[in-house]
Amino acid sequence: MPNTHYTKEHEWVRLEGDTALVGITDYAQTQLGDVVYVELPAIGTTLDKGEEAAVVESVKAASEVYAPVAGEVVAVNDRLVEAPGIVNEDSEGRGWFLKLKLNDPAALESLMTAEQYKLYIETIS
Amino acid sequence: MRYLPLTPEDRALMLARAGLGGVDDLFADVPAGKLLGDLPNLPPSKSEIEVERLMGRLAAKNVAAGAVPFFCGAGAYRHHVPASVDHLIQRSEFLTSYTPYQPEIAQGTLHYLFEFQTQVALITGMEVANASMYDGATAAAEAVLMAHRITRRKKAVLAGNLHPHYRDTIATLSRMAGDELVVAPPAPCGAERLAALIDDETSCVVVQTPDVFGHLHDLHTIAAAAHANGVLVVAVVTEAVSLGLVAPPGAMGADIVVAEGQSLGNGLNFGGPYVGLFATRQKFVRQMPGRLAGETVDADGRRGFVLTLSAREQHIRREKATSNICTNSGLCALAFTIHLTLLGETGLRRLAELNHAGAVELAERLAALPGVAVLNKTFFNEFTVKLPKPADAVVEALAARGVLGGVPFSRLDPGHPELADLLIVAVTETATAEDRGAFVAALTDVLAGGEGA
Amino acid sequence: MLNRQGRPTDVGEPVEAIPETFTGNRALIIEEPLIFESGRPEVTGVDLPEAPKVAHRLGGLVRSGPIGLPGLSEPEAMRHYVRLSQKNFGIDSGMFPLGSCTMKHNPRLGEKMARLAGFADIHPLQPLSTVPGALDLMERLAQALIELTGMAAVTLTPKAGAHGELCGMMAIKAALQARGEGHRTVVLVPNSAHGTNPATAALLGFQVSPLAARDDGTVDPADVLDQLTPDVAAIMLTNPNTCGLFERDVVRIAELIHQAGGLVYADGANFNAIVGKVRPGDLGVDAMHINLHKTFSTPHGGGGPGAGPVVLSEALAPFAPVPFLRREGGRLILVEHDFGEGVSPFGRMAAFHGQMGMFVRALAYILSHGADGLRQASEDAVLSANYIKASLADVMSLPFPDRPAMHEVLFDDSWLEDTGVTTLDVAKVLIDEGFHPMTVYFPLVVHGAMLIEPTESESKASLDLFIATMRDIAMSVRRGDIARFAGAPHFAPRRRLDETRAARTPVLRWTKPVAE
Repeated sequence: MPNTHYTKEHEWVRLEGDTALVGITDYAQTQLGDVVYVELPAIGTTLDKGEEAAVVESVKAASEVYAPVAGEVVAVNDRLVEAPGIVNEDSEGRGWFLKLKLNDPAALESLMTAEQYKLYIETIS
Repeated sequence: MRYLPLTPEDRALMLARAGLGGVDDLFADVPAGKLLGDLPNLPPSKSEIEVERLMGRLAAKNVAAGAVPFFCGAGAYRHHVPASVDHLIQRSEFLTSYTPYQPEIAQGTLHYLFEFQTQVALITGMEVANASMYDGATAAAEAVLMAHRITRRKKAVLAGNLHPHYRDTIATLSRMAGDELVVAPPAPCGAERLAALIDDETSCVVVQTPDVFGHLHDLHTIAAAAHANGVLVVAVVTEAVSLGLVAPPGAMGADIVVAEGQSLGNGLNFGGPYVGLFATRQKFVRQMPGRLAGETVDADGRRGFVLTLSAREQHIRREKATSNICTNSGLCALAFTIHLTLLGETGLRRLAELNHAGAVELAERLAALPGVAVLNKTFFNEFTVKLPKPADAVVEALAARGVLGGVPFSRLDPGHPELADLLIVAVTETATAEDRGAFVAALTDVLAGGEGA
Repeated sequence: MLNRQGRPTDVGEPVEAIPETFTGNRALIIEEPLIFESGRPEVTGVDLPEAPKVAHRLGGLVRSGPIGLPGLSEPEAMRHYVRLSQKNFGIDSGMFPLGSCTMKHNPRLGEKMARLAGFADIHPLQPLSTVPGALDLMERLAQALIELTGMAAVTLTPKAGAHGELCGMMAIKAALQARGEGHRTVVLVPNSAHGTNPATAALLGFQVSPLAARDDGTVDPADVLDQLTPDVAAIMLTNPNTCGLFERDVVRIAELIHQAGGLVYADGANFNAIVGKVRPGDLGVDAMHINLHKTFSTPHGGGGPGAGPVVLSEALAPFAPVPFLRREGGRLILVEHDFGEGVSPFGRMAAFHGQMGMFVRALAYILSHGADGLRQASEDAVLSANYIKASLADVMSLPFPDRPAMHEVLFDDSWLEDTGVTTLDVAKVLIDEGFHPMTVYFPLVVHGAMLIEPTESESKASLDLFIATMRDIAMSVRRGDIARFAGAPHFAPRRRLDETRAARTPVLRWTKPVAE
């Protein structure tokens, strides 16, 4: 999607007005395997770029989800707490983790585009 | 050597297959000069009979609890363990198995751990329990760390009547981890004012019941005060048999219950190995330390059990794990669960009643001795007496008369000279009426200034 | 004497499909309910007299209502637990080459000795004058551990390996604080380390600095030097490491750390490879835990209890926790509180004095083996691992082929690439073949790790059968004949278990089914 950006830690972030949805990429969910638990931040938390925002656990792995850009958490996807499998089913859609109100939407430009991310995962796999 | 199946011929063939000239080639990466030639200070191998003779001599120098009237407790209790328990835990498939990482061939362990977890939850009055900890004291220290994680605060308040070894174990970890601790002074008469020590920076208050002096505590008041400040209540139980008769901490507002499970299924063993029990509320389960067995199904849809929620643990989370613990106390937990299954509800209640009745009878008789005062209004199977002499000397004098007559408080905590005359006395079903009579007689003699007193 | 009863004398025709049984049982493998399904609250397997009526001293704190505990009579309980045991694999069942875990034979002499009343039936707080034999035993074990490690002192109290790590790192922290060097907050931990190492360091507030290995699987002193800032408190080094390799530059690494003012913690999980051959004290180690349940073969018990005594250098010995043994005028005493001159214990690790039951078993093992047997056991363990390595190198893949293996050999999964078979599949097929699988997916530093530790307890015939089985598995993979892997294990009491379901909706205890 044109307004979606990616990080080397396998988060995606999609701008919607002055807020952005954040989640983990399809590549990340495949690597993790069946997601069994998602720990989400409290609404109102302010996060710096690169700060730990959430935790995602599969049966045999656990991974931190970092804020791709700085902002304030204005919403979290509570459905993941009850049904973490959504992350596997639709990681870049219904499986979003949190919504950030961005300090600086232009900061997204420093992240990878979909094409760049695709090339990046080819280099690491 | 009876434990080593390889013969010299086998070794030669294997070295040849590995393309090695000799045994030293196996250790080629050891830095020069660091390979030992010999171990001069260790004797050569011994046959079974030689080892038995040597160790038998060492064992014979100790006074076994079963050989004398015996009244020591203070965190370790002598109960009768049914013969079948020790037989079953020596089944090879239990004794020589590993942590059940391959669940298809470890259903035995996982099944009994699931039963164990359920039994622990039931007797503590809590919702969930883990697959056990090293012992009660380390479980208590882990409970404090867990409370810190949940509340995001770093200050624990410890009751003064917490077993001093538990207190010191928690204090050591807190100091080393850079956390804060408030410790109340011992209150031998049982009344503590812990609510006054709680503030909005406190993560948890740790209370033992029955406490180290034997007093029972109604936790409702402290729980209400704690919860009003967002503080968790960690309840400690060192005598698991008490839970057959006494209101469980879970019914009185505790958020985490830790206990020493040695009393069921496990012998005294001079202090270890024992088994820590750890129970909490469902909502805190992901913050729990240690192993957890959970129910699931296999590929054919049959019920089975696995270790679960392991992403919390060190082998996955590494420096972000909830705890560094890598094991539980599996075989001791097995002994605990077998003993409790044999007892059942009926047996556990009756066992607890027997313990209490014996303690009540002895407490009344000791209270009648001149100069002796029982400090407890309430107790289960253990109480504290104030003696007219230092308790450590009295205990030695009793031992000289063939009675192991309790634990001086000063043995646990010599930092309070004013409490040096306190003796903690435990009475279980293993102490007969005759034993109790012998204790009363010996103490009477010692206090009257008999020889060796 | 004709067969007038009509009893068949032939074995019948072979059958295509094995029929289901009515009970779900399969001969010796008998399905077993939970005690909550089979037990009854009114049943007890322990005969106790009715308690005499006394005036309760419980202050009204009496448990009300049923607890919900089921009871079983003794025969029912025997069957329940024996049937459960039959669903477990132990060392006595077969080869258990679980790398890094050291599943060797557990001598039963240790069980017998630990059950002597003079050890099993003594209270930790009865007068010390009544337990001289127990203290004597602890001192003999301590002396043997000191002799075998070449260290200055040992603290016996830690209850498991990870607990020993905690103890050793606490001693390091205490020593640094005593030197006024509390600013040292960084601990170097190789990536191949057990997860307990970083978890322990983090628990004590240290910052973990991961250390990558060089291509041959060992730590390069140059990399240590690069990370050796003034903030470094210690390195935690496992030797032999979890790739089964001896850290050949350990002496140089220890020198570098010491020169920079840091301390060396050794994870002794793999000490069994070098007992009687190499002493950690000669390599520059300051603290090391010893897993008595691995190296000295006190049983693993399905996950504990273990024991993790920690040996300490001169620099750390004064900080050892209470209790400890001391000789005073020829008399052995247990120091529980009174510190005396020259020592400053950092505190206490647990209640009482440590895992006495394990001390007895470990000493029985050490005395039985003696100096000669201990050395031979180490050599046999290392030889067996190298024999397996040499016998499988052509059909599996070795990430570190060039260095000699120690007591365990590490394979990766590049031999499985593009075959559709995974490391996990290989493990599950080994179950069907009657072996306990090797350690899989650990260490984390190689892909699809298979870590094989045969131990010294296997006969050559047993090693040869394992090798032949692994070669047969490898041939199946090469031929593309992978039907045996699909859905394995087929013959275990259970097939693969749904761990995702267990973790997504945790069921951690039995609850009474709601009536329909």
